[in-house]
Amino acid sequence: MDYFAQQLINGLVLGSIYGLIAIGYTMVYGIVGMINFAHGDIFMIGGFIALITFLILVSFGLTVIPVILLIVLLVSMAVTALYGWTVERIAYRPLRHSFRLAPMLSAIGMSFVLINYSQVAQGARVKPVPPIITGGYTLHEGSGGFVVQLSNIQIVVVITTVVLLALFTWLVARTRLGRDMRACEQDQTMAALLGVDVDRTISMTFVIGAALAAVAGMMYLLYYGLVDFFMGFVAGIKAFTAAVLGGIGSLPGAMLGGLAIGLIETLWSAYFSVEYKDVAAFSILIIVLIFLPTGLLGRPEVEKV
Amino acid sequence: MSVNPAASEKASRIPGVAFIFKKALISALVALVLFSLMIGVRTEAGPSGQLIYWTRFDDLAAMVATVFGGSIVVELLRQWWGPVGTVRVVPPPVQDALAVAGRWVAPVLLIFTFLVPVIFYNERYILDLGILVLTYVMLGWGLNVVVGLAGLLDLGYVAFYAVGAYSYALLATNFGLSFWVCLPLAGILAAFWGVLLGFPVLRLRGDYLAIVTLAFGEIIRLVIINWQSLTGGPNGVTGIPRPTMFGIPLSPGEDGLAARLGIEFSPTHRIVFLFYLILALALLTNWVTIRLRRLPIGRAWEALREDEVACRALGINTTTTKLTAFATGAMFGGFAGAFFATRQGFISPESFTFQESALVLAIVVLGGMGSQLGVALAALAMIGGFELFRGLDQYRMLVFGVAMVLLMIWRPRGLVGHRAPTVFLERNQAISSDLVKEGHG
Repeated sequence: MDYFAQQLINGLVLGSIYGLIAIGYTMVYGIVGMINFAHGDIFMIGGFIALITFLILVSFGLTVIPVILLIVLLVSMAVTALYGWTVERIAYRPLRHSFRLAPMLSAIGMSFVLINYSQVAQGARVKPVPPIITGGYTLHEGSGGFVVQLSNIQIVVVITTVVLLALFTWLVARTRLGRDMRACEQDQTMAALLGVDVDRTISMTFVIGAALAAVAGMMYLLYYGLVDFFMGFVAGIKAFTAAVLGGIGSLPGAMLGGLAIGLIETLWSAYFSVEYKDVAAFSILIIVLIFLPTGLLGRPEVEKV
Repeated sequence: MSVNPAASEKASRIPGVAFIFKKALISALVALVLFSLMIGVRTEAGPSGQLIYWTRFDDLAAMVATVFGGSIVVELLRQWWGPVGTVRVVPPPVQDALAVAGRWVAPVLLIFTFLVPVIFYNERYILDLGILVLTYVMLGWGLNVVVGLAGLLDLGYVAFYAVGAYSYALLATNFGLSFWVCLPLAGILAAFWGVLLGFPVLRLRGDYLAIVTLAFGEIIRLVIINWQSLTGGPNGVTGIPRPTMFGIPLSPGEDGLAARLGIEFSPTHRIVFLFYLILALALLTNWVTIRLRRLPIGRAWEALREDEVACRALGINTTTTKLTAFATGAMFGGFAGAFFATRQGFISPESFTFQESALVLAIVVLGGMGSQLGVALAALAMIGGFELFRGLDQYRMLVFGVAMVLLMIWRPRGLVGHRAPTVFLERNQAISSDLVKEGHG
């Protein structure tokens, strides 16, 4: 039981990270209707930016951890958001009204560009950082000597995710931008007729998605203590799996899917085999789609003739 | 796409120097922010394992300057070019020219391909490159059945390539079966896996299908990596037997081909044999595809791509249509995989990554989705172009990615932008591939 509780905690933390990335996928899909294959790599770039900012701040003699983390968070969100904007501007906007496969291949190309760009710019080796947030709480001491622990970093990851989600939900539900986004999702032509700047709204969608991915990248860096140029690929596929699992286009679905994938992965590695954890996640995806082709919270697609 | 009013308005209002300059300045500013941390600062683990960093402001300045200059050049080019309209039905003179070219390009290319081993007999590098290009031509033609004809987006095609390669490698190393026995077996096994993938995805459409096929490709790769007792895991399978010419080994020994023919042995014989082998396999793929397009099943594939609902209304069994498309495409992937295994003599999971799937899909889309000649030309351009950058080493994949993005923006419909219809009333008329649907699945 204790072991299960511990895995549950780990799974939820991992799921939060996946959920943050999945929101970027699901938002873009909802509005533009394309899989942003480069999104996982935007997450990786976010991790790198966070790492570099952190190193610079530390070398400048800054020692107050909360201040450092806040600056790192803001810088990596801002710069990564600009990456998201640039990717959309260069690779997707010219193909907005093209046929469906063109932006998808362009996105795959962009993903290769980002992966190899960071490999060339920062080297192929894994970048480790010492644990930045240490300590934690012991929740329960079991009879067999097994201890259920909740580390501070896990608390930070979960709290950051919850705060961002609240902020993001408010943004979509209550602000002008959120309304524009929802309008574009329903009907771009009609939204444009009613005075919504569609291009700008789509750009902002990419910017917000990239900023959330940057937070996920930073959390990944803090939680695992390393980044490398290839981490975006697998994380990206899993986050996309999460978005599809939750029902693509649905924001609560993306978070739910993220948590589900995180839990499946953690519990599978805990009880079955670590090697096959990704196989388990992907198999669950296939099984869910067979029985629920629109995901957990997705709207069924109406087929028009 | 019809004439875009916004684009023509933009062209009539010629922006001045100030506009271009302002645009370039903004691009440079964006580049400065983007590159400041990633290029301006370089991190590396220091001697004690601690990360250290140093600055590279000269590289950063060079990059920003390049973006500034590049932005001006692009803007000037755009003005010079003007807006590009697309034509739907290709005009008659162009159509005649295309028809002449179309009649001649394919046979000339084919004859040239046949002569490659003769012309370049002593150039091992060119022969190897030719084999590589032909492998991708075959893969492209195989995937073309699924993506180009049936309109089912498959992002996990490499899985069937892997199944074919591992089928041959394991059957040959464990049971000593010969290449010619294993080749059909590899095709059958791959087709079987194609049907297996096909079943769950029958109800899925569009991007759901794409992501499930991608997941399937990853599952196959992960299983190959982790099932060490069978596949050797990340170390791969070594000592895969070389192919024989229908039982006659191409070796220097007594019973080798060279000894039997009474000519001097040369390792090039095997390369030439492999070249003609993959050429034959690729042509088989092409021939089968062309023939299938004329059969009811091939027409059903194309109808499925155009309109699935209409298909069902007309009584076409979409289940079997989709499954046969998956199976046929997978079978050719399996053949190519078996060939790959025997050519390399060594296979490992590293050869079957998502990158390969993306490359083959890029070849199909660049080839114009469904055009056989287009796929061959696209494979030649992609693989050949990729080889040109061999010297650049670590920048190679970067250039590849940039090329993929630029080609998509330049020709979203692929290099061969027109299509000869399979069925026509009265007269055969080449149409723009804008009119060809891409399918929902």
